[in-house]
Amino acid sequence: MNTHDQDRIQHLLREALPPTQPAEPARDLWPALLERLNAQPIAALRTVPLLDWALALGLVALVAIAPATIPVLLYYL
Amino acid sequence: MRDGESSVLDRFRQGNVDAFETLFRLHQRAVYGWVLRIVRRPDAAEEVTVEAFWRIHKAHARFDPQRSFEAWARTIATHAALDWLRSHRLERESLSESFVEGPAPVTPDPAVTAEIRNRTALAFGRLPPRLRIAALLAVVEELPHKEVAEALGISVTAVKLRVFRALRLLRRDLQQQGIAP
Repeated sequence: MNTHDQDRIQHLLREALPPTQPAEPARDLWPALLERLNAQPIAALRTVPLLDWALALGLVALVAIAPATIPVLLYYL
Repeated sequence: MRDGESSVLDRFRQGNVDAFETLFRLHQRAVYGWVLRIVRRPDAAEEVTVEAFWRIHKAHARFDPQRSFEAWARTIATHAALDWLRSHRLERESLSESFVEGPAPVTPDPAVTAEIRNRTALAFGRLPPRLRIAALLAVVEELPHKEVAEALGISVTAVKLRVFRALRLLRRDLQQQGIAP
């Protein structure tokens, strides 16, 4: 593609997609952002792998069924 | 840099939400305007602006207060917009719509018909997003290559190469449709 072709295609592109005009958001975006910020701790909980949740539930079940295992578990923690 | 701004940037870096809101209020218009140049749809620009500031907040600890917040925010916003382009491949209808709603050329060339404009816009929408974004900023918005390179986090040579490849692909696409630029 020579310089002439390049200039022609650039001209065509500018005709098809004129530059955007200066603009600002139609609404205040802070509330939407704040909502995402507040949802962060819940989202972080969701990222905990399922295996970790299963292990935690297993430990709770073990302690409930056999409370005598608590000192053993504490020893290994 | 003034002491007040420096203090806000320091507090932002430490994760202070009030400082973050101050920076958001100061820069949201600039970031929105920048994103709009890339995604070219006001609703999408709002969505991407929120996403960009969300990423900025997540990366607060990595911000260097000695650097320009605006330039840093612009780079993050550019990547958020690029991700949006990748995940929202413009369909024929939506691109036509944005073309119709977009501003008309200041001095339209009478030799370029509305159909050719429409076909060019559609062909442009089919380009790979990383080429499209470089061409949008450098050719359509006529921004300096250095500024585009900083926003994309690539070299000036890489910008020139992407623009050249975008124009070459666009030309080939139009030629296949029987349009000789």
